[in-house]
Amino acid sequence: MDLGPLLLSFEVATIATILAALIGIAAAALLANYRFPGRDLLDVLFTAPMVMPPTVLGYYVLVLLGRRSILGHAYEALTGRSIVFTVEGAVVAATIGALPLVVKSVRAALEQTDPTLMLAARTLGATKLRAFFSVQLPLAKRGIAAALMLAFARAAGDFGVTLMVAGDIPGKTRTASLAIYDALQAQREQEATTLVVVLTVMVLALLYGVGKLTARRADER
Amino acid sequence: MSDDAKLAVRIVLRTRAFTLDVAFEVKPGVTVLFGPSGSGKSRTLGCIAGIVRPDRGHIALGDDAGFDDARSVELPIHERRIAYVFQSLALFPHMTAEDNVAYGINRSVPKADRRARAHDMLGKMRVGHLAARKPHTFSGGEAQRVALARAFAMKPRALLLDEPFSALDAGVKLELLAEVGEWLGREKIPAILVTHHAEEASALGDQVVMLEKGRVVREAAIDDPTLSLPKIRAAAK
Repeated sequence: MDLGPLLLSFEVATIATILAALIGIAAAALLANYRFPGRDLLDVLFTAPMVMPPTVLGYYVLVLLGRRSILGHAYEALTGRSIVFTVEGAVVAATIGALPLVVKSVRAALEQTDPTLMLAARTLGATKLRAFFSVQLPLAKRGIAAALMLAFARAAGDFGVTLMVAGDIPGKTRTASLAIYDALQAQREQEATTLVVVLTVMVLALLYGVGKLTARRADER
Repeated sequence: MSDDAKLAVRIVLRTRAFTLDVAFEVKPGVTVLFGPSGSGKSRTLGCIAGIVRPDRGHIALGDDAGFDDARSVELPIHERRIAYVFQSLALFPHMTAEDNVAYGINRSVPKADRRARAHDMLGKMRVGHLAARKPHTFSGGEAQRVALARAFAMKPRALLLDEPFSALDAGVKLELLAEVGEWLGREKIPAILVTHHAEEASALGDQVVMLEKGRVVREAAIDDPTLSLPKIRAAAK
């Protein structure tokens, strides 16, 4: 059996989780700690991928990052590679799927920290940024770890946007979820079943970990 | 810190329940903000620390204004160097006692020296043995001492105490009050104690500012015979 699609999914999900963490934690901090015009709009934008049809999302990505877009053009000029119909496209697709989970869960984790602790840090001479990194973020670390596990599970399983943006190129952009579809279409049921089992076990294990992380709270942090 | 670093407070702040409109001066030593709950005591402290923004007013330590609407001065919280001991103490639960105390020490001081100073301050507050432990293992009195050590170690220009003693039993409380009084006597900085316990007021206070519904209704020296606070000052010493 070809392990390529599984390995590709893990690779894509790992990079996508890192990207979603960087963007998502920053966005969550902004949404949790600041009031500014357009805050609700930003919240909606970061949540939208959860409910938007994958084809619609894929369309936007193609328009924004395609070879004729400014961003796509710039990326190609810099790296000689295109974002769409490459691994990069698969990473973008997986990141978009993971981002809402990171923003929502990290925001909730940050908002659950005691605001008095941040104020105490400020009175002790800490700037807002230092109070965030030294107090709020460490106190929310369990919630953040849980969010990133969810994000990884989501990123490893993306289908729709990946298909639209990265295509289904064997050995290049065919991730595990795409390979399942192809295997079923080609009536290679055993291959499909194996991939289904692997992905299921991975998702269940991650969800179990998330449950563990978010359950224990009171005793020690 | 010079002996004449008075804390001058004038605050106007409209809230949902009432308009906070107070003006008073705090000399080095302890001024007790006394009054029923909801009279504006904590909000006044918040304004002084920079946590709450007054609508109008002037808050200054000596010649340095922290807030002055007339001159558009508003120092952010972290630049005021006013120690604030919260009712909940607000010790950082993920840090050891030593890290908690070192947190407020000026970051231009080398890290090793900050640690040494934190350790030293914990020792002075007689909780040196807690240095490597985290707050969830502290008793009420121990947590109190660490919180005070943290406030003292930052070398504040003023000290705000927002009912931090209310959860303690009487014996521990009087001992701590005496230590706070001693430290303030050495540092000669203005301090405000918010409380509605007459015993705390008379044990630590030099003067009393009484608030009611956002207004100052009385200002007096603590030993003013017409002031009706129980006289247990002697017992505290």
